[in-house]
Amino acid sequence: MLHILALTVRNSVRNPLRTTLTVTGIAIGVIAFSFLQTVLAAYYFGLDASSPKRLVARHRVSLFNLLPLAQAAKMREVPGVTQVSYGIWFGGYYRDPTQFFGQIAVDPQYLDLYPEFVLPPDQKQAYLAEQQACIVGRKLANRFDWKVGDKITITGQIFPGDWDFIIRGIYHGNQPNTDETSMFFHWKRLDEWLLAREQGSQVGWYLLGVDDPSQNSRITAAVDDLFFNSTAPTLTETEKEFNASFVSMFGSVLTTIKIASGIVIVIILLIMANTMMMAARERITEYGVLKTLGFRGFHLATLIGGEALVVTFLGAVLGCAASYGIVAMFGKAIEMNLGQMFPVFELKPSTVALSVGMALAAGLVACLAPIARSVRLPIAQALRRVE
Amino acid sequence: MLAIPLAYNFRNLMARKVSTTLTVLGLALAVAIFLVVLMLVNGLHYAMAQSGSMDNAVILRKGATSETLSGVARESADVVEVAPEIAIGADGQPMVAAEAVVGVSLPRRNDPTGKGTANVTVRGIVPMSLALRESLKIVEGRAPESGKPEILAGVSAAKGFKGCEVGGTIQMGGITWNVVGLFEANGSAFESELWGDRELVGNSFGRNGFSSMTLRMKDPRLDVASLQARFDDDPRVNVHVQTESEYFSSSSEGLRILISMLGGVLIALFSMGAVMGAMVTMFAFVGARTREIGTLRALGFSRRSIAMCFMIESLMLALAGGIVAAIPALMVQRLTFSTTNWTTFTDVTWHFRASPMIILSGLIFSLVMGWIGGMIPATRAALLPITTSLREA
Repeated sequence: MLHILALTVRNSVRNPLRTTLTVTGIAIGVIAFSFLQTVLAAYYFGLDASSPKRLVARHRVSLFNLLPLAQAAKMREVPGVTQVSYGIWFGGYYRDPTQFFGQIAVDPQYLDLYPEFVLPPDQKQAYLAEQQACIVGRKLANRFDWKVGDKITITGQIFPGDWDFIIRGIYHGNQPNTDETSMFFHWKRLDEWLLAREQGSQVGWYLLGVDDPSQNSRITAAVDDLFFNSTAPTLTETEKEFNASFVSMFGSVLTTIKIASGIVIVIILLIMANTMMMAARERITEYGVLKTLGFRGFHLATLIGGEALVVTFLGAVLGCAASYGIVAMFGKAIEMNLGQMFPVFELKPSTVALSVGMALAAGLVACLAPIARSVRLPIAQALRRVE
Repeated sequence: MLAIPLAYNFRNLMARKVSTTLTVLGLALAVAIFLVVLMLVNGLHYAMAQSGSMDNAVILRKGATSETLSGVARESADVVEVAPEIAIGADGQPMVAAEAVVGVSLPRRNDPTGKGTANVTVRGIVPMSLALRESLKIVEGRAPESGKPEILAGVSAAKGFKGCEVGGTIQMGGITWNVVGLFEANGSAFESELWGDRELVGNSFGRNGFSSMTLRMKDPRLDVASLQARFDDDPRVNVHVQTESEYFSSSSEGLRILISMLGGVLIALFSMGAVMGAMVTMFAFVGARTREIGTLRALGFSRRSIAMCFMIESLMLALAGGIVAAIPALMVQRLTFSTTNWTTFTDVTWHFRASPMIILSGLIFSLVMGWIGGMIPATRAALLPITTSLREA
């Protein structure tokens, strides 16, 4: 058995040029696959990061519609709701409109519902004490080189004009998938702006805290029932469902990425099948000799399958190593061109594992045909062949 | 120089059917990805270019990047409407339409989870809105009557969202809206929209003012600048003027960049993979035909002819790959692609769009891959010494 293993490894490097090309080809396939999976994960990021202890109530028609603040008091009375906070999407930009990042105006308790956001207590105090203050995520601060105490001007689109803020805090996440790319400031400021234009106090959505997620479906129904026949009917969902509705907005992008991932697997299969076919064809005579010596079909299968595994494994390892660099580079490039499109763009360990597993599986499938052919070939015919 | 006949190359490829097929398929996949990405970007570009007329100007609030984020007060609209740059229509009225543009969350028709939604642009229109968009054609039903909760749906919106077909209904602002007609607009982004009476749309979203204004200019070459200058001098309005085509291409800029970047990475990776595949095959051809090569050299064919011979084979593979790839690519043309444009925060649908240029660049791309993949093996074949190659078993 040991001899078979040794022969497998020797066979893999017998044609160093072909092995190198095949390994490179597989590595490229693995890079493409893990890259696509990372993009997909970046789109699905919100689902991972959501908590079952947070519910979101928004206007039933769409997020474009605001809700009256008066609803908050009624929501507080729903049993099981521990906290009612609210926010509004500000929709502005810093200097360059193509550099996307989220600015959200929130009530003072809003961030209490996000235990994964870590903000030093003194910074939190300073933020709460000042109307013009804002806090920003660590990645966002790094992006624009912002420090605590900096004065920044955000151009409003929904709320027109230039808005000045003072950065009083920089938060970071205590989870790898926490969004560190947003800016939060006081809802009161927008409220004053709206009141000055004779519009009542309004919010974009309510964020409800709950203690017992098993009650979620009862609570969401109870909240929606409250306002069903009002001028501002709500749609209340768990944070996960809310984020899932964002994912479904991306529509064909996601389908396309999934199809492309499938095509990558097919390409890896093709490359491997081609290589293994050639290797097996060249060695037909050898296989005849091995059979004459008493080795069975099982041994041949091990020999060929083993070689496929060695080659794909090398390719997968190389590909994963390169993926880290490529994903980081692409993440940077996206940030340069489009801002914080993807709050988290990183190669996850689970993606790496999936890519390696997928490559090995493809390698094994690819050698099925050559194995069948060499096992079935009669000895006499194998030995007769000259090529 | 004596060239080796093409028939020889062709027969060689035919003699090794499996390797030839696998290599052609590998190259074809890379070319297909290349084509599909180009068609996707081209389709988006086309949809946006079709939406915007060079003769029309779009007026948004200063600082706003999309109609859905913009707001124009009624008083400002009154000021804009009397600007002398606005063309006068056949009925003697200035050709200008103030519109309310919002989004409504509707369930997608073909969603894998069955409950996916996206925001559809709802454009609150006035009769002039239809006249301003010359490409617009009602293909089924009729236009909405003013003051009634009726919807004229773009064909893409009707295809993509539940309730948007003629006879369907949409719940919006406590009112049930009836879809009474479908329109086409030359494949433009308007086809992803729902159009309804402006005042009713505005009311159901609690809006008093408008989102944007579209107007026909008398002299498109000069009027954008003169309108902007006029409004900059007027303290009653705070707006930005741009041509309609400028507006649509800038509002889809981010989407275009994202798709190009993702597509670019994919094209690069897939083409490298395919080149590797082609190289593996070509090296195997060279290896298997060592003695043949020696024989050809002994017969008097030069090193150059040998190199050329293998290059031609590689290019033949590439050409086949390029042609094979065009078939799925052209089939994809029937499909539509829809996603949320985060600049407007609403859904936009467009077609994959091929052009002769794109198909041609796919072929060239394939040949370049074949050329790169064949170069090293061909050189190696040419450099084989006659004696050793003839001695080879």
